[in-house]
Amino acid sequence: MTDELVPDRAAAPPAAPPEPSSEQRASSWLRRVSSGEVLTTVLAFVLALVIGGILIAAVDKKVTAAAGYFFARPGDLLGAAWHSVSGAYAALFRGAVLDYQATTVLKAIRPLTETITTSTPLIIASLAVAVAFRAGLFNIGAQGQVIMGAVVSGYVGFTFHLPPVVAVLVALVVGVLAGAVWGGIAGVLKARTGAHEVIVTIMLNYVASFLLAWLLTTSAFRVHGSQEPKSQTVLTNAQLPLLFGSQYRATWGFVLALVAAAFVWWLMSRSRLGFQFRAVGANPYASRTAGISVARMTAYVMLASGALAGLAGAVQLLGTSKYLTDGIAGTIGFDAITVALLGRSKPGGIVAAGLLYGGLSAGGRFMEVVTGTPIDIVLVLQALVVLFIAAPGLVRTIFRLPAPSADVEGALA
Amino acid sequence: MKLELRGITKRFGPLVANDRIDLVVEPGQIHALLGENGAGKSTLMNVLFGLYEPDSGQILIDDKPAKIKGPADALEAGIGMVHQHFMLVPVFTVAESVMLGHESTRGAGLLDLDAARRQVRELSARFGFDVEPDAVIEDLPVGVQQRVEIIKAMARDAKVLILDEPTAVLTPQETDELIEIMRQLRAAGTSIVFITHKLREVKAVADVITVIRRGRVVGQADPGAPESELAAMMVGRSVMLQVDKAPAQPGEVALFVRDLVVTDRTGARVVDHVSFDLARGEILAIAGVQGNGQSELAEAILALVPATGSMVLEGRELVGSSVREVLDHGVGFVPEDRSHDGLVGEFTVAENLVLDLFADARFRGGLGMDLAAIKSNAEARIAEFDIRTRGPEQPAERLSGGNQQKVVVAREMSRPLRLFVASQPTRGVDVGSIEFLHRRIVAERDNGTPVLIVSTELDEVSALADRVAVMFRGRIVGIVPGDTPRDVLGLMMAGVPYEEAQRHAAEHPTTETLIEQDPSAAAAAGPEEGEVP
Repeated sequence: MTDELVPDRAAAPPAAPPEPSSEQRASSWLRRVSSGEVLTTVLAFVLALVIGGILIAAVDKKVTAAAGYFFARPGDLLGAAWHSVSGAYAALFRGAVLDYQATTVLKAIRPLTETITTSTPLIIASLAVAVAFRAGLFNIGAQGQVIMGAVVSGYVGFTFHLPPVVAVLVALVVGVLAGAVWGGIAGVLKARTGAHEVIVTIMLNYVASFLLAWLLTTSAFRVHGSQEPKSQTVLTNAQLPLLFGSQYRATWGFVLALVAAAFVWWLMSRSRLGFQFRAVGANPYASRTAGISVARMTAYVMLASGALAGLAGAVQLLGTSKYLTDGIAGTIGFDAITVALLGRSKPGGIVAAGLLYGGLSAGGRFMEVVTGTPIDIVLVLQALVVLFIAAPGLVRTIFRLPAPSADVEGALA
Repeated sequence: MKLELRGITKRFGPLVANDRIDLVVEPGQIHALLGENGAGKSTLMNVLFGLYEPDSGQILIDDKPAKIKGPADALEAGIGMVHQHFMLVPVFTVAESVMLGHESTRGAGLLDLDAARRQVRELSARFGFDVEPDAVIEDLPVGVQQRVEIIKAMARDAKVLILDEPTAVLTPQETDELIEIMRQLRAAGTSIVFITHKLREVKAVADVITVIRRGRVVGQADPGAPESELAAMMVGRSVMLQVDKAPAQPGEVALFVRDLVVTDRTGARVVDHVSFDLARGEILAIAGVQGNGQSELAEAILALVPATGSMVLEGRELVGSSVREVLDHGVGFVPEDRSHDGLVGEFTVAENLVLDLFADARFRGGLGMDLAAIKSNAEARIAEFDIRTRGPEQPAERLSGGNQQKVVVAREMSRPLRLFVASQPTRGVDVGSIEFLHRRIVAERDNGTPVLIVSTELDEVSALADRVAVMFRGRIVGIVPGDTPRDVLGLMMAGVPYEEAQRHAAEHPTTETLIEQDPSAAAAAGPEEGEVP
């Protein structure tokens, strides 16, 4: 970009300005990508679907066979490809949103509730990542914080016999606290010693996941007499109530996710704390000069981010899994980074992106069963979406969009 | 070589940075390009140097159209550029810097450093640069680094040399040396395009002056024209170059600074036992060349850097406080680099106007913020300070430098102050805004606030100061009256004590004082200043 090539000399101070450190540059990239335009996001998704379609066709046996006699009957190839791609995407839709071939209405909307179930912890964990993004911190450790939230809320959930409502609330709260502590470690270390949060949170992910593996060998967690690496089941009182009745798996966790999204919106755009979070994220130097303690905010941000991730873990465990296994967190903590980027770090965007992501996962399973298209295609789709969003210039070039005016004015400002 | 720009137009989106600009640089001529910040001077030169592609227009070299697609083409065509921020590798030697980009090699791909050394020595001798080829860039003073940039351009046979705001980082004495170098280059047949907004320098050295305003050439001026006329052309209306200010009415001393010491990371004392008093209703300017501890002194007041010693503001010790406590005690602070330390660029104007006030009772609403109050505050400040913005919701980074600075100053003045500290309050600000900001600072003084200004611009120091404290290498060389002649201040900025500076200035007047009497005499003054070898 021109503004990087030619720093504006007019407005800059005469003394050579300090070069932005690589960390600063990374965080400004992070904020630029995470606040990209809606249009680029949508187009990125379209592009991913197109490329995904090509891949679906390429791995389809009928298409490969038709390609063998392409010059004899080219129509066969196109027909087979169309059949394969449209069939796969239709199955994806049926698995994610509405199964229009189902026999009853209740069965037809089942995929939607599955999407909701899959996306619930993802949305909450993405909010966690987004709060950190907006404050200029890269919380790679959502995974570890999700695990810790699940472990502690699970332990409380299957160990203590508490009355209804109280049991589930207590289990949720301890999960939140566990996540906050796990995120807070990285925050405090960064604030006190400057340890980079990316490194620390990655390491804490390992610690959390091996801690979980070890706990599952202890008698406090393991089902009595069982050799399986799986914990006892959370007591009924501590389980999240179902949202749409016993036919579906969706729980009140989804409502919690929406409340969390509303809270994060308020926190980041209306509260004084969020004002400081954003200020520190956008310009720590100006924040410091304005009397904001950057170190304290760093610690608070990671506490808040960890707390949300802990909630995600608690919700996943108390709502969906109900007992701990090695894979309790799946890849929630990592997918959350993607979803936060996709949702442009805005609560509304994250809910939408989380549902989309959850839908792709739920639909992908259905697609594999119905059409035999490997579920890996969904992973490819997800990866492509992220790739295109992280490279908005590429999307703009492909669709011949003009550069956003911000860049141009930036060259002069 | 004759260089001609014909009808150069460069747009950035809706903004026309250069609008059909015509410019002819004759061989062996110093052509000054005068204009405010943001007038389009740098854009034009970046077009000429191939960094921007013009939307229309032509560049002609010796009356033949030239295709300049990038710096390599420009260098090939004999155009050299010295950027305001030097493009040097700090750990390279002078010779390595000069060969960077067109490294000559001997057999087996070995760098031919000897050739570069010879070239540096030869150019150095020819123009009196006095630069040692094996000196390492980061060890050299700024003025010498600039000469290295010039040598780099000359080593590639530049026939036209573009100097972009070359004097911004120099002391008055170094500026004189640069002016002398420019004259020598001209004598050797090199044309120079001299970009600046400083009227004195233009008058001292230029053969032709082209004034640019809002992307257009508004006319040519004669170097003999009075400064007020040049300023009016530049701004588009007549401007007050001197601040209208009544004599100070100092009250009781509000700030006592005693033996303040600031040590930087390497352990060097950047502020070295500084002591001074500051009374209510007076402006004390801290003058000095960039990097002599003034910035750190200002930062120490706000507790941004740790300090030892004592600073008592109205009975309260500030050393050891936090930034928040200092601000809460009523210190208004305008940092030196507004976009780095003063503003959050992507925040709106309204948000920036409460950046250090968001917790104030006025802007609280329960646990959150009172957005309506923040907005009405923004509207009031925008009107009061004449901040040119599309509205309170515009991101601050979209404002021009002058308007950004107004946002910072407006914020800091929007609460009761016990002390107002401003570092480089008008750096990179257009002439119109400078006038406005200076008047506001004087008004703050007249309200009875003690004001501390840190400035490297002697014009600003002379315009504002009731007293001047000159700093050199972390120490205060002397505290002198506000009307001390520029020559004397300039010498003090180089570490010469007051009495000696006065004597020396009387014996060796510099260009700056001479041009006020007779522009032609300025030529004679140059070599006399060549004391620094």
